[in-house]
Parts: sequence; C-alpha cells; structure tokens
Amino acid sequence: MDRNSKKAWLYLLPSLVLLGLFLVYPLIDVAVYSLEECFNFASQTYQGVGLYNYSYVLHDPYFLQAVENTFVLVIITVPVSTILALVISTALSSIRPLRKLYQTVYFLPYVTNTLAVGLVFMVLFQRTEYTDGLVNLMLAWFGAGPVDFINGPHWAKMFVLCFYTVWVVLPFKILVLTSALASVNDEYYKAARVDGTSRTRIFFRITLPMISPMIVYLVITGFIGAFKAYSDAVALFGTDLNAAGMNTIVGYVYDMLYGDSGGYPSYASAAAILLFVIVLTITCINLLVTRKRGEGGVSL
Amino acid sequence: MNIQLQDLTKQFPARGKKARGAVTAVRDLTFEVPDGKLVGLLGPSGCGKSTTLNMICGLETPTAGRIFFGGEDVTALPPELRGVGMVFQNYALYPHLTVLQNITFPLENLKGAQKLTKAEMRRRALETAALVQIEPLLDRKPKELSGGQQQRVAIARALVKAPRVLLLDEPLSNLDARLRLQTREEICKIQKKTGITTLFVTHDQEEAMSISDFIVVMRDGVLMQQGAPQQVYDDPACLFVAKFLGTPPINVFAGEVKDGMLLLAGQKALPVPGAPDGEVWAGVRPEGFAPAAGGPVACALSRVEVLGRDTSIVCTHPALEGDTVRAIVRPEELTAPVDGAVRFALKPDKVFLFGRGDGQRIRFGGRAARA
Amino acid sequence: MNHEACEQKRQALRRRDNLRRALTYLFLSFWAVVVLFPFYWMVLTSLKSYGAYNSEHVPVFFTTEPTLENYRNAFTAVPLGGYLLNTLIFAAVTTAVMVVVSTLAAYAFARLRFRGKNLLFGLFLSMMMIPTELVVITNFVTITNWDLRNSFAGLILPSITSVFYIYLLKENFEQVPDELYRAAKVDGTSDLKYLWKVMIPICRPTLVTITILKLIECWNSYVWPRLITDDPAYYLVSNGIQEIRENGFGRENIPAMMAAVVVISVPLILLFLAFRNKIMEGVSRGGTKG
Repeated sequence: MDRNSKKAWLYLLPSLVLLGLFLVYPLIDVAVYSLEECFNFASQTYQGVGLYNYSYVLHDPYFLQAVENTFVLVIITVPVSTILALVISTALSSIRPLRKLYQTVYFLPYVTNTLAVGLVFMVLFQRTEYTDGLVNLMLAWFGAGPVDFINGPHWAKMFVLCFYTVWVVLPFKILVLTSALASVNDEYYKAARVDGTSRTRIFFRITLPMISPMIVYLVITGFIGAFKAYSDAVALFGTDLNAAGMNTIVGYVYDMLYGDSGGYPSYASAAAILLFVIVLTITCINLLVTRKRGEGGVSL
Repeated sequence: MNIQLQDLTKQFPARGKKARGAVTAVRDLTFEVPDGKLVGLLGPSGCGKSTTLNMICGLETPTAGRIFFGGEDVTALPPELRGVGMVFQNYALYPHLTVLQNITFPLENLKGAQKLTKAEMRRRALETAALVQIEPLLDRKPKELSGGQQQRVAIARALVKAPRVLLLDEPLSNLDARLRLQTREEICKIQKKTGITTLFVTHDQEEAMSISDFIVVMRDGVLMQQGAPQQVYDDPACLFVAKFLGTPPINVFAGEVKDGMLLLAGQKALPVPGAPDGEVWAGVRPEGFAPAAGGPVACALSRVEVLGRDTSIVCTHPALEGDTVRAIVRPEELTAPVDGAVRFALKPDKVFLFGRGDGQRIRFGGRAARA
Repeated sequence: MNHEACEQKRQALRRRDNLRRALTYLFLSFWAVVVLFPFYWMVLTSLKSYGAYNSEHVPVFFTTEPTLENYRNAFTAVPLGGYLLNTLIFAAVTTAVMVVVSTLAAYAFARLRFRGKNLLFGLFLSMMMIPTELVVITNFVTITNWDLRNSFAGLILPSITSVFYIYLLKENFEQVPDELYRAAKVDGTSDLKYLWKVMIPICRPTLVTITILKLIECWNSYVWPRLITDDPAYYLVSNGIQEIRENGFGRENIPAMMAAVVVISVPLILLFLAFRNKIMEGVSRGGTKG
C-alpha cells in the first residue's frame, strides 16, 4: 500500500471502527440472535438453532396487538399528515405577508422534545378525578360527553396518538412541500392564467403532478417513520405500553429487551427483523405502485 | 385587431426595507400595433419590455393608462377574457403532459356556451399542430423534443384558442444560433399564414430587425423610437437607438461642429450644413466609410479581416469613443495603407450627429431627409 | 364588453380574491393556534400554583397569580439540574466527536485517492438504510458486556457516527475546486493543514448545519439512553421527564411537571430561533425525525 492510501485509511479509521462495531456487526448479530433458541442472557448459552423465536413472537398476543396498533397508526397518520401538509403549504405559498412567521411557527414542533411535549398533550387530553381536562371542556361546548383519552377506551387513545403523531411529523412535511412548491417555475402558472385555468384545475393538473416526486418521497419516508413509532406513545401513555394496550412494534422490541418484561434479546431480534421485513415490503410496494402509475411522470 | 397602448405606466413597490417609494418600470408608453402585423418590442434587458408584454397579456395590471384591442378597452379584463395567446420565454410546456395534451389544455378550460366536445377539441388541436408542423410529435413529452420543436408546440398552444393577439416573450433566446435563424423564419411564416396581430419582445436587435414589420425601441421604461426596421436604422432619433441597432455597431466619435463643418480630432471630416456649432457625438455606420486616397479621415490600420463578401477594416482614430473603428468595404475598394494609415471619405447619409449632452439627433442639410 | 360591465366584473373578481385571502389567513392562523397552544398551555400551567391548578375543575385559560414556585420545585424536588447537565455533556461531546470523525472520513472520500474508494463509499451509502431499531439490540448487549452501562462512554459511543452527515459533508467538500488542493500541494501544505485551513473554513455553513442538527438529535434522544441507564445520576432530559412523570413529584403535581417541560424545551427553541434558516435548510436537505 502506498503512502497516500495509508493516509486515507487513517482518516477513515475512526468512522470505520465505530460503524463496524455499532452498525455492521450488530446487523449480522441480530440475525444470529433471532435464530438462537432459548438464549439465556446471564449465561450467554443457547440450546438450538431454528425459527422458534419467530413463531413465539408471531403467537404472542402482545406482539399482535402491537402490529395492529402500528398498522392503524400508519394507515391513519400517513394520509392525514400528507394531505394536511399539502393543504397548509399550498395556503402558505399563496400568501406573501407573514409567510416567514407562519413558517417558523409551523416548524416549532420539530425542535421540541417528543417526550416533554407529549406530557403536555397528556395533560390536555387526560381526565382525572379533579378535572375533565381542556379537550373535554371543548367537547362539552359541542355537547359531547367527557371521554378519558389517556386511560379510557382504545379508540380514544388511538385518536390522541394519531393526533400527536400528525402534530409531530407535520413540520418536516410542510417544510419539504413548501420548498417543492416554491421550485415550480412561475411561468407555468402564468401560462395557465393566460388560458383562464381555474384554481382547482391549476392545482390538480399542474401543481400536483409537478411536485409529485416530493409527495412520493414524503409518503415513503412517512410510512417508514410511522412504522417505527414508539416515543410518541411512551410520551402519552407511559413506559408500560402493553398494559395500556397501546404498544407498537418498536415498543415490543424494547420491552422484550429491557425493563420489567425484558431479558429476551432473541425474541426482540426476531420482532425487529419482522418489523424490518414489513417496512421493506411496504416500501417496495409503494415504489412499484408509484412507478407504474407515474409512467415517467414520476421519477425518483 | 390592432393593439393600442395609451400612456401606459407601471410602478412596482421598491424592494428592500430601506428603499421607499416605487420603481417605475414603464413610463407613459404610447404606441400602436397595427392589425395583422408582426411587431418587435426591442430594448436592453431591464428596459420594461417584458412588463409591457405582461400588461398587454393581462398578467400585470397597469398603474395608469389604457390598453385597447381593436378599439375595445381591455385594461380591466383578466387574461382569459382578452383573447390573447402567449408564448413564454421558457415555453412553459407542462412536462407531465404530452404535446397533444399540452395543446388541448387551453381548450379544456372553456366553460359554458364555449365548451367544446372532445372530438372538436381534438380536431382543433390537430389543425393547429398542422399549422406549426408538429404532427409527428403529438404523443411525445416536452423533454423529448428539441428546443425548436418545443418552441413550435408552445406557439401551437398559444394559437389553439384562435386568439385575437399573439404575444411572444423572448421567443428565440433559448435556441442555439443556427436554430434561431430557422425558427425566426418559422415564426414569420406562421404569422403571415394566420394573419394574427403579433407582438414579440427581444433584446436582440438583429432578431427584431429581420422579421418585424415594425419595431418599437424602449429604454428604461420609455419609448425611444418606433417605425419600420430600415427606417429606424437609417434615421435614428437618438444616440442610444443608433448604438443599439446594427451589427457591427455604429462607430462613435467625439467631434465638433464649426462653421458647418464636422471636425474629428481637429481635422475637417465632413461638411454638415445647417448644424449648429458645438461639441457633438458623430456616429458613422461601418458601411459609411469609403476608402479614398486623399480622404479627410485618417485612421491607423490595425488589421484587415476578409469575410468573403465584404472586408472589414479595423483601425484606430484619436477621436474615437471605444477601442476600434470598424469599416466595412467591398474588397475592390480596398486601398493600400500609406505609413500604416488608411484614409476614408465619409458618406453623408451614414453619418449622424447627436448632442453631446442629451444624445438627441442633430440634423443637417445636404442629404435627403427621410422621416 | 363595455367599460362598465368590465369594471364590475373586475370588482367581483377582486372581492372573490379578497375573500379567498381572508379564508387562507384564517385557516393558517387556526393551524398556528393548534401548533402553539400546547406551548402556551405548558407555560401557563407551569405558572399556576399547585393549589390553584387542582382546584380548577374547569380549566382556566389564564392566571392572575403567576408563581415561580414550580420552577423551584423542579430543580429541588427532582434532580432536573443534573438531567440538564448530563444532556449538555452528552450532546456536546457526541456532537464534537461526530464532527471530527465525520470530517476526517468525508475528507478521505472527497479528496484523497485510495484503492477501493468507490466500493467503500457504496457500502457507506447502503448503511444509511439500516434502521436503528435493528442494531440497538446488539449494541445494548455489547455495551452491557463491556460494563459500560450507566456511563457517558456507553451513552456516547454508539451515538457518534452518522452516515448521512458524512455523506452531506463529502458532497460539500467535493464542491471545493480541485485547483485549491493542487495549489496547496505545490506550496507543500500537508493534508491536515489543508483540511484545517482551507476546507473547513469554506465548508463552515454545512458544518454548522450538521452540528445543530446533531445537537437537536442528541437533546431529544430517548430510546438509547433509556436502555443504557437505570441510574438517575446518568439520566438525560427525556428519561428524566419520563421518570418525573412516573415517580417524581407525586403523580398529580402537574404544574411542577410543566415547569420541568418548559425548562427542557426552552434551550432548543432558543437554538432554533437563533439559527432558524440554517436549521430549516439543513432539515429540508434530508433530515427526518427519528
């Protein structure tokens, strides 16, 4: 090896060591773990190799509950947040004065601590013996009965979780869509105006197709992000998500690993790999669907 | 359908926090585009010509003044009610639609009584496509077309609604030199075929001169001169117009008029009867130099460029504003330099005098007055 | 169309435009309220006294007797100061080491020539796709086996590397013209000196951006610290707030909790307001939360 190469490897050494230890090795190791049956964490021994861990996880009611919760969360929050972000950024790009101010305000949730602000949401939605809470007060204005959103029925808890998730993911989507909208050449809009195109038609026939690559990007990252939901749920319902019936797949992985129910890295690994497979599959389906529909109009 | 502009003025609010008041982009502009003619709106970038076009189109509202289409006041109308077709500088073809869909797009906007059937739309789109000769391209996407083809699609889209007026914003600026020549003839041909009143904006004087029936020269939002291209070239109203038109550009000398005689660097150069005494700018077109053994203007020869049809003599002169004098002569007129100098006589109808202060034309007798 | 009808049409259009604009502003303001309200509520609640808050059966939207009592509580009843200090140390050290390590790696990829560079960079890029959830399990085991639980080393080590930031920096480094490097080499400048004196000053905007993004990421990190610490002396703010929620103050002392939430949120909000453009630009270039 010549002098230059040596130097280059020297520059790369710290990153390579850290990445190798904490990213590449674990990737292989997690697959190994997931196949080792009856792994004992204390003695670091296992009894056999096979798919038992997967079968255990797939039959665990907590896991199935977590999968259901995660899917509901994904199916609700991804479309809602994307459409809402689209509406907001379209409105945002149609105004001039105060635009910067609104943009700044809308971005605030991005820089807040998910756990901390989640606590505020809990306070807003919670119903205790002392008070019905603010949200129930508002519901009462419309004549709706008090609902405990934090410790009450499952649908109510799901609603809060979805609401909070949308609140947290919107800043990023608004930011991306606003810059996508700004990058559409003004000439297209001028041309459309000369032709007397109505606003709705401009939006659906021109704006939307022009920014569709960005929307596809947001939907895909949105799916991936929503499948990994965890800390939002912890923030609202506490660390014992299984008891609240609000666990997510990632939450299940961590619970298996650590905490009161922990100590089963093999189950955790199997669940993590299952999650990875789900996310990969969904992403591939997403890509295929948009490719087919786009027919060159959408390029990634 | 003629277009008339009456005292058209456009002001924009000044940008930046400190700047107050308004920037005037167009000031008291009055001119007429005659019915069925091709008119070029010419000026350097930032002179307000695009703003003018946008006001005619309806994309900008004038601060003051009126716009008439065939006598009808359209100042307050939105673009779609004016019956204008517009071709944008970058063509603004929708990249996700095919050529045919792009051309049909404006027709799909028609509402109420004007609404067309699918078949009618297709028929009209095909008809327009035939006019600009792009039928084989109808199923392609804009990015699969060359610049010239995109240009033609853009024209087809502008024409499909059978507008009263066609507007083109810098139609040739995105094309390479060879395509530019071809496309400008194309535009000229389409205009002649349809007979539609057409106004196009350009900063390229050659482009404007070559195809326009009339040209309108603007500078800093103000109309400088209008007329047929040859007339404006032969009879510029001011130094700016003289310098702006013509390639190679006019040669400008710092001269002086004394007793009806133009002096360049103290030497008598040309009799200019009737011109008042004083310092002037003297503009001489490149073709205004006649090599003559005893000619009154002596220039130090730099080099001779042979271009085939004619020859350009590049030389220097002490009174010149700028680096070099460029004279275009026929090869047979060329004389051998004496002591590194060539001598010229000046052709009176190719020499223009302008006031040193305001740049306005100073006329002198002894030549046929063309106005 | 005559002039009058035309003027009328124009006015109708203008009225419709104004209405549309008013509705747009109304909608945008509504959403701004939805975004800001939790912040308002947390500040408001943190200023209410314990007694006053608990006696409100119907929540009140303002307070006439603001008190700082809760903030005193937040720092005395629970070790909030300690959490803040831990987070500060964690965020500062992780970010600093990350910037150094990433800069060196990005420089090697962008400027130095060595065999297998393209292959290695391809591998690097593919690492961006590895989800953290997948590797956290083994990292947990590794750190436990190394006896690094409840230590800063255990917190920091796996959090340092970010393939994405290396990629971002490399792209930026590559925009610095080759001539500068050749000129420096002709003058006999060493690589390290060139990196320090030329590359870093030129690419400072990007370095600032990734520093801020990493700081935000560290300040908000929850999962890894939760796995690796069970001694409150090493809790970061996220874990601290969870601990406060479940065990501190007694469950019902909401005002004190909100005071703690305000204290935790303020540093990041200030950082954001100070570097608003940098942060928003950096995030839109490819940051995603989580």
